[in-house]
Amino acid sequence: MKPPPFRHHAPRTAGEALGMLADAPQGKVLAGGQSLIPLLNMRLAAPPDLVDINGVAELDVLHVGDEGVRAGALARHARVERSVEAAAVQPLLGRALRHVAHPVIRNRGTVVGSLAHADPAAELPAVLAVLGGTVEAASARGRRTIPAAEFFKGPLESALAPGELAVAAFFPAAPPRTGSAFTEMARRHGDYALSGVAAVVTLDEDLRVGAVRAGYLGIAPVPLVLDLTEAAGPRGDWPAAAAYVRERIDPETDIHASARYRRHLTGVLTERALATAAAEALRRARD
Amino acid sequence: MEDLHDIALTVNGVHRTARVPARRLLSDLLRHDLGLTGTHVGCEHGVCGCCTVLMDGDPVRSCLTFAVTAAGHAVTTVEGLAAPDGTPSPVQRAFRECHGLQCGFCTPGFLCTVTALLRETPRPTEDEVLEGISGNLCRCTGYQNIVKSVHRAAELLAESGGEA
Repeated sequence: MKPPPFRHHAPRTAGEALGMLADAPQGKVLAGGQSLIPLLNMRLAAPPDLVDINGVAELDVLHVGDEGVRAGALARHARVERSVEAAAVQPLLGRALRHVAHPVIRNRGTVVGSLAHADPAAELPAVLAVLGGTVEAASARGRRTIPAAEFFKGPLESALAPGELAVAAFFPAAPPRTGSAFTEMARRHGDYALSGVAAVVTLDEDLRVGAVRAGYLGIAPVPLVLDLTEAAGPRGDWPAAAAYVRERIDPETDIHASARYRRHLTGVLTERALATAAAEALRRARD
Repeated sequence: MEDLHDIALTVNGVHRTARVPARRLLSDLLRHDLGLTGTHVGCEHGVCGCCTVLMDGDPVRSCLTFAVTAAGHAVTTVEGLAAPDGTPSPVQRAFRECHGLQCGFCTPGFLCTVTALLRETPRPTEDEVLEGISGNLCRCTGYQNIVKSVHRAAELLAESGGEA
């Protein structure tokens, strides 16, 4: 189908964009449009105004520093995925991005847009959540930084208020002796995952398992983060951690998979991801 | 009455202008306003890949891009892949040679996607080919000959010195 009518606003600066959003509280921000335009085409959404930030050069930024990766609102998936600098500082980001839809979609879709869309089946919200990242929001009234744990409110619902623009997202750098892994299972390549996990394992100075965190997609209304440090123990008992996860989660049945299958699958993916992440942590600790 | 926007963009190397409502999809701009019906529209929500065109050289879904957003950019459609004298591009020749199409509906999207894929990865592995075309659906061929076509196109491009 065709999108419903809307008023199109094309700001050239972030300040202009915030002014337009303030004047159109029911408006939506259009960046890559790879989630928003399907919703419009299927008439599932009909915002009266779209503030198209594609012309705002100052938002098309990717900053990589020792402390982490900061993606501006126009940093497209493909750019972040290919950034060697970003991969060196926080490899989990690129690993997850390779699972986001298809390469052609990643040419347009943006990292911040995917977070703002807050789809619990999407990869990047789980990554931001497991890393304890933040979203920077700005409005005509001011700016604020929203931690991932407070950003995702429900399916397709973020903490962004009307008139607010998510200007950037920050993914903290991987600490020393830390490895990560991303894995998911989908019915078809590029489709929404039945379940997926972003795992982070940090070893202590004696190379025992010090901290284990896993972020999940597709099995809860918001990205679910579980601390598996205790369940895995200092020697890294991944099957025990997976068993703990199976008990803790409460996935739903839908047309694609039963709750029982999702629970089983999530355990299998957890075990795999933790083992991979721990192996990387060990390599990095020995380098 | 909806507001109309005057837009200008480059399509297949030619400066084009149109007056369109904000909600005009790039796919519909190309087909309805500019008469370039080589770009096909299948699902119109980004799944099938038939409407893929090149925007500033990168493949994008024209059904998930607004014409007003594409203003000022350079778009290449399937009509722009062949040489000016009509000689098919190496990718087009490979699809013909390897029977990489049957009904042809998905073909414009595949040709645009593959043209960009080989520009970036001139000698793709089997996995790179599968990943590269994973966002394009074909309901006729079973993909075997499309995959062959991509490898053959890589050979033809290497022979011609890489000129797509």
